[in-house]
Amino acid sequence: MKKANRVKKVIGVLLLQLALLAGCGSSTLSVSETDSLEAETAEEGQGIVVGFSQLGAESDWRSANTASMLDAFTQDKGYTLIYKNGQQKQSNQITAIRTFIQQDVDYILLAPATESGWESVLQEAKEAKIPVILVDRRVEVVDDSLYTCWIGSDFELEAKKMAAWLKAYTEVNRIQPEEIHVVNIQGTIGSTAQIGRSRGLRNAALENGWDLMEEISGDFTETKGREVMAALLKRFDNINVVYCENDNEAMGAIDALESAGKKVGSNLAAGEVMVVSFDGVNEEAKELARTGKISCIAECNPLHGPRVEAIVTQLQAGQRPDKYNYVDEKLYSAYLPIQSIEVDGQTYEIVRP
Amino acid sequence: MKKEKQSIFMKASDTNLLLAITIVIFFLMYLGAILFIKGGFTKPQMFFNILNANASLIITACGMSLVMITGGIDISVGGVVALVSMCCAVHLDYKGGSIFGSVLIAIGIGVAYGLVQGFLVAYLEIQPFIVSLAGMFFARGMTTIVNTAPFNVANEEFNALKNARIYVPGMGTVNKKGIYVPAYVEIGVIVAILIVILMFVLLRWCKLGRNFYAVGGNAQSALMLGINVKRTKFLSHLICSTLAGIGGYVYFLHVGSGAASHAMGMEMNAIASSIIGGTMLTGGVGNIIGTLFGVLSLSTIQNIVASAGLDQAWWTGITIAAMLCLFLVIQSIVMAQKKRALK
Repeated sequence: MKKANRVKKVIGVLLLQLALLAGCGSSTLSVSETDSLEAETAEEGQGIVVGFSQLGAESDWRSANTASMLDAFTQDKGYTLIYKNGQQKQSNQITAIRTFIQQDVDYILLAPATESGWESVLQEAKEAKIPVILVDRRVEVVDDSLYTCWIGSDFELEAKKMAAWLKAYTEVNRIQPEEIHVVNIQGTIGSTAQIGRSRGLRNAALENGWDLMEEISGDFTETKGREVMAALLKRFDNINVVYCENDNEAMGAIDALESAGKKVGSNLAAGEVMVVSFDGVNEEAKELARTGKISCIAECNPLHGPRVEAIVTQLQAGQRPDKYNYVDEKLYSAYLPIQSIEVDGQTYEIVRP
Repeated sequence: MKKEKQSIFMKASDTNLLLAITIVIFFLMYLGAILFIKGGFTKPQMFFNILNANASLIITACGMSLVMITGGIDISVGGVVALVSMCCAVHLDYKGGSIFGSVLIAIGIGVAYGLVQGFLVAYLEIQPFIVSLAGMFFARGMTTIVNTAPFNVANEEFNALKNARIYVPGMGTVNKKGIYVPAYVEIGVIVAILIVILMFVLLRWCKLGRNFYAVGGNAQSALMLGINVKRTKFLSHLICSTLAGIGGYVYFLHVGSGAASHAMGMEMNAIASSIIGGTMLTGGVGNIIGTLFGVLSLSTIQNIVASAGLDQAWWTGITIAAMLCLFLVIQSIVMAQKKRALK
């Protein structure tokens, strides 16, 4: 008896659900038919649809990069940009690209969170004949036809420029190389910027005989930069150069140094601690460079938007763009004695911030 | 008609009523997305993509629901998923291990977690929240110790398995350029569906399954009924962590990499999915099918927010918060109505 009751209950609930579902279904079916026609015409009116999978919004550099893209692909120019923030996770970005394929976009822009693990999703894009343009970081794939081209910075060159500046500094001030005690606050481990900038410093330290005491990640953020710097100060008391792999980390590090009673500046002989960093996007960081708290900033140009748009225009016209496109980057420093540096036979003027 | 509805409404158990609400809201939401957002929602692959990306969440959420039905909670599952991914990645890549070995590692980590946490919760009677909080920190810490840097697995056998697709015939679509894009699901989805069925059968038709509800509903009366409460609680944690291990492997199979930041906040998504699916934090009420729809609702919200072109980072969070509130309000209103009607 009881069991029969329960069965009735279950059947009842199922019926109720069915009734509700059928109610929704039948009323919407007719609408969706007419709607899909409208949708098609609307899609034609959208112009060129571009899906942009940005890896996140972790730093000012990244925000400037996103803003530059949003400014370049505007409705006035006949674009519809679908922007997706991957929140630093590759899996989110893979999902985003799969969604773009379903949304029938014309181009996919990808600023990848990591270098590896993109084969299968890029293969899907290729099979759907959607060109993929990589921005900023690169991907590691065996078959480089999986992406159309890449636009970004030469991170190792940035590091080389920075090392050359530091070397010039030691020569001008007659500081012995072994007296340079440098710590590296690295970026997010595994990112192209981190790999290039860390490698550049490591090579330079070996070449010049600097004492590279520690490398530790600050995840490109101000908070982590502050935390890591405070921890480093507790372990070492002879740090005189702090190499930060972006401006946000540098701001955090300066904060930690000053709270620990250290003086931050370009005069190592007077016991000041020198901070050098990368990016040069953030106004606050530029101001710090003007006052000499950040001794040198190697610019990492985030304004990729116009370049990417030019490439899309090229592709629309049926032309083939270059596979690798580097953006021009400067070196900022308020330290007057050094006017220019030389890397791999090329001279770079120092720009005042 | 109204009378008919009323009587069904009265007769349905709390679990079934909450389940019905979840399913109806999910379908309404998806239909809404198809009608108003269009984008990719009109294509079946969009739905399969949701399944592909969330297979591991479905599995871990099933375990979470079980623990919640028993009146507990387990916030270590995200950490376990990350730990499993990293250990399997290291095993397959650096140690040149086999796929079979990596599956064993995944299940082994899950079972070990379940044994320890289950013992602490059930037999030493420590709060499950505290136990799994410690478990979460331990798992995240261990992941970093196993390997700091995130990396992708280059093992060929594994990558073949990772890229294996089960094509769904007749569901593909032709895109703007006139190319046929086939519809597919990944292997993880099949595993997830099997687990959902298994858990559903366990909870619905097995004596052990009914014990979980009894213990969660009222541990004291369950004890008087002769149910071994401690053992039941222990088993719920054991199953939950084992499922987290399996879910971890499915996650790993989806992303193909190990990283300390993997599955960050996944435990919260699992809890949210369970709640949306009609499982109550107070225990004794819940349904695995509801949990499945909970996961689908959650990820559909994420997809809708993303397709609407809003910055995912904060809009998703806000929308999910609003949805959770909405579900909880609907749940409590319906329950209150029912209670009043019964009087």
